[in-house]
Amino acid sequence: MTQQTELVTLSAAQMAEAINAGEVSSRELVEAQLAAIDAAEPSIQAFLQVSRDQALQQADDFDARRQSGDVDGLPELAGVPIAVKDMIVTKGIATTAASKILEGWIPPYDATVVRKLKHAGMPILGKTNLDEFAQGSSTEHSAYQTTHNPWDTSRVPGGSGGGSASAVAAFEAPLALGTDTGGSIRQPGALTGTVGVKPTYGGVSRFGAIAMASSLDQIGPVSRTVLDAALLHEVIGGYDERDSTSIPKPLGKLADAAREGQRQDLHGMRVGLVKEIGGEGFQPGVEARFREAVSALEAMGAEVVEVSCPHFSYSLGAYYIIMPSEVSSNLARYDGMRYGLRVMPPEGKAQTAANMMAATREQGFGDEVKRRIILGTYALSAGYYDAWYGSAQKVRTLIIRDFAQAFEQVDVLVSPTSPSTAFKFGEKMDDPLTMYLNDVATIPANLAGVPAMSIPAGLSDDGLPVGFQFFAPQMKDEVMYKPAAALEAALLEQQHGPIWQSMNTPWLDGLNK
Amino acid sequence: MADKLMKYADAVSKFDPVFGLEVHVELSTNTKLFCPAHIEFGGEPNSQLTPVSLGLPGSLPVVNKTAIDYAVKLGLALHCEIAEWSQFARKNYFYPDMPRDYQISQYDKPLNGNGYLDVELDDGEIFRVQIERAHVEDDAGKNTHVGGADGRIEGADHSLCDYNRAGVPLVEIVTKPVEGAGERAPEIAGAYVRAIRDIVKALNISHARMEQGNMRADVNVSLRRNEGDPLGTRSETKNVNTFKGIEKTMAYEIRRQAAILDAGGEILQETRHWDESSQSTAGGRVKSDADDYRYFPDPDLVMVHVTSDHIEELAKQMPEMPRERRARLKSEWGFSDLEMRDAVNADALDLIEATVQAGAKASGARKWWMGELSREANARDLTLAELPITPEDVAQVEALIAKGSLNDKLAKQTVSGVLAGEGTPEEVVSKHGYQVVSDDGALLAAIDEAFAANPDIVEKLKAGNMKPMGAIIGSVMKATHGQADAKAVRSIVSEKIASL
Amino acid sequence: MPTFTREEIEHLGDLARIALTDDEITRLQGELNVIAESIAKVQEVAGEDVPPTANPVPLEAYLRPDVAERPLTQEEALAAAPATESGMFVAPRILGEE
Repeated sequence: MTQQTELVTLSAAQMAEAINAGEVSSRELVEAQLAAIDAAEPSIQAFLQVSRDQALQQADDFDARRQSGDVDGLPELAGVPIAVKDMIVTKGIATTAASKILEGWIPPYDATVVRKLKHAGMPILGKTNLDEFAQGSSTEHSAYQTTHNPWDTSRVPGGSGGGSASAVAAFEAPLALGTDTGGSIRQPGALTGTVGVKPTYGGVSRFGAIAMASSLDQIGPVSRTVLDAALLHEVIGGYDERDSTSIPKPLGKLADAAREGQRQDLHGMRVGLVKEIGGEGFQPGVEARFREAVSALEAMGAEVVEVSCPHFSYSLGAYYIIMPSEVSSNLARYDGMRYGLRVMPPEGKAQTAANMMAATREQGFGDEVKRRIILGTYALSAGYYDAWYGSAQKVRTLIIRDFAQAFEQVDVLVSPTSPSTAFKFGEKMDDPLTMYLNDVATIPANLAGVPAMSIPAGLSDDGLPVGFQFFAPQMKDEVMYKPAAALEAALLEQQHGPIWQSMNTPWLDGLNK
Repeated sequence: MADKLMKYADAVSKFDPVFGLEVHVELSTNTKLFCPAHIEFGGEPNSQLTPVSLGLPGSLPVVNKTAIDYAVKLGLALHCEIAEWSQFARKNYFYPDMPRDYQISQYDKPLNGNGYLDVELDDGEIFRVQIERAHVEDDAGKNTHVGGADGRIEGADHSLCDYNRAGVPLVEIVTKPVEGAGERAPEIAGAYVRAIRDIVKALNISHARMEQGNMRADVNVSLRRNEGDPLGTRSETKNVNTFKGIEKTMAYEIRRQAAILDAGGEILQETRHWDESSQSTAGGRVKSDADDYRYFPDPDLVMVHVTSDHIEELAKQMPEMPRERRARLKSEWGFSDLEMRDAVNADALDLIEATVQAGAKASGARKWWMGELSREANARDLTLAELPITPEDVAQVEALIAKGSLNDKLAKQTVSGVLAGEGTPEEVVSKHGYQVVSDDGALLAAIDEAFAANPDIVEKLKAGNMKPMGAIIGSVMKATHGQADAKAVRSIVSEKIASL
Repeated sequence: MPTFTREEIEHLGDLARIALTDDEITRLQGELNVIAESIAKVQEVAGEDVPPTANPVPLEAYLRPDVAERPLTQEEALAAAPATESGMFVAPRILGEE
């Protein structure tokens, strides 16, 4: 019998291999992950909900199917468990978006990506924590709990997908799904030393992803290796008639590209350094690791040039107009009528429907969500629309053009993922603007709809992980998987093992069966 | 407080009314505009919903192709320019009947723009109404107000919401300001909405039942001193859902506004409601910046593309439009203006046409549908089409009359039998043994009897006074239980008298 | 440069149906002014000649066939409702002015 600690530290691809070799069952994997969750949660608090019984049932169903030999058409990751960000709707499992306003809501339907996981026989371990409605960069805006960074539990895991990132970093799950509107998959990936991918906009169906900002949101993989991300991306991606913004074209060969990259040969690949991302506001340790990683790419034969994207400096401004505008409209439905919280107006106020809605939304939403709704309401209101929303949409065009020009010169663009490593709880909570600056490197990809991913690039001087970001052209997600896997392999050799070897994981000590 | 009203004739002589109409037409698609929930009138509340039409978190809209096709057809019928690329936008406002608290509508890129509709008035005059746009949007749910008087919103304790209607596709047809209507403004407005009703029925894209809310209109009215002056402040009367109501709303608003302006007052820009029971409009909400709908392109929906080829294909499927059809039928049937208008107003054109197609003469078909059957429908509070008799039945009755097997009286009895559910006309005839008595022997016997019973009348007839002939015929008809052919009786009696 | 007055924030709260407290209004006023200042910059480059982008990936809408799928049952639809009556969602008193 394999020890559980060994099982949970396998990559998803290795778990799949073990299943295929008959060395382990899906149930054993789920049991090991549940044990890891039980052990880790007191200090990490990555999960809002652990769906123990469903996960075991799904594992048993898969194992039975495998025993009967009925595995045709199943993807490589079949039987491997996964955690799902609580921004994604799961039938029969409470889904809250980490908001009080949706407390206890049990959806009557599955998101398309969840349906795909179920078809793939991938057991769902539970729902992970996030900033309320995915709005934040530290997961401190969750209405329920604070998720801790497994590298240093006095620090944040990033956000909004801090739960998914911490769960994967702390070996509570080999894989997770996240959602990325301005960096919510990639920035937590950087801060927790994990891999996070934001696919091309429209590459993964948004049906069942609770909307934050519809024109920016994308569901994507969270994992510990580039290959795992590619395999998961292939499971969840592809066209979906239920999402009008879904691209009616097949995905590229992502896992093939990752495997090719593992050979560490990047001859003929042109890599562009984005001149406008970095410098002021970026931690020296972050920049140092970034430069070393770029050298590693060069050493593998890549041609590295500096590329200018002159309008990127406007992206944060455009983002903080478009995103809250869409938020203000997408979050209107939480009004106390059909589901979720209802709060009646205080005594002395007329007990009307309008006042009920206002009281419900006042109590049900947290500060950051309210701030964004108010800002977005303003940006869309008569007389300001052209100057604000209209201008921001024009900046979006300019950023798309910047990317297009850059991709005429290079195959992929690279930058640090986040200006800093993981910060302490409370450090940026009182200053929204500083918090917003966390996303300065990740936002351009959302505005332009291009794919981007963050992979670990070693540790900064403070001993905390640093993220390295790749961007690729729209609908060419496979193009970034190759250099990402190559860099991952090169760093693994340089550092004699994966980055997490330097992490203290006391919660894994007591796991062995 | 009752409004001060000016006499209508005075109001329209002192002021020039300008109006605009926003007509909402519910499309009769099988499923909703943005989700595959089946649409059915009636049905259990909240049983026609998917996560999309209930506005559940994570749900996304997907456009119904048939709804777009229907809307294009309506645009073509209204002579609109059809946009190859149109866009859905969100209209943001909170209301308990709105599952997402925004409506998905079209804003600066509507499907249909710049059209017109020629409206035929009762006296045959044609008035052209210019159309600004006809865009596609989704409907809201329905609130029932509980605890107040007769289900009205005022004084209600709480409301119950059924979202079945939420997501039903609507086309909103918006006119440009209609100028130059003068005193005929209400009549033109009514005729315009009727014309739209006829068009959507001809296109078969809406059930077009006003009473079920398939069509409703917002009526905007303003007055100005003289034609050519800038437009005055308007009132907007919402959701008027009868033709008469539209005409009355407009006449009422003209009278009310005239009284205010004449007294030196100002018109509030407000939304009002037509109240059928008091036959007046009631003030509602004053327009304010609370009506800031914060329109923006719906990021969940990309541009809708209708190719010019597809528009052409739809254009080829267009049926004959109601006004053209009327002109054709009127001449084919030889109806007078009045006969035609009555038939149109009674919604009898389709029925008469089907009766004619089943072999009846147009005059005969008209006589039944506009006479006996209209009275019957009135008495039963049904539409003509809802009567339990088909155009084929009516044509069969006409055929029996033409053959001489039924006279008028028997024909009416036969129709009554059909209406009573006794079967087809032939079945009714055979069941009751209705038969015109043309057997001369039986008739002659009855006539002889009548002569014998009324010697004084026979004397008068012999003397050339034909007036009392009716009495003889009457007693013959009575003796034959109405089955005698009155014409035959009359000619036999005349012959007999002549030979006496 | 936009500056938010107290009244404006209150009005935005009304539009957004959030019963903001006095403290929140004060705090939002300060925060939004800082945020607004920093994002007003976008107007510098938003020239007349630049077309707006609503969706980053240019697509045309998929138009679905008009075919019904199984709806939610009434029970499923009402399952999460804060209040129901006779198969319907209960709303508190709706004012005509709304």
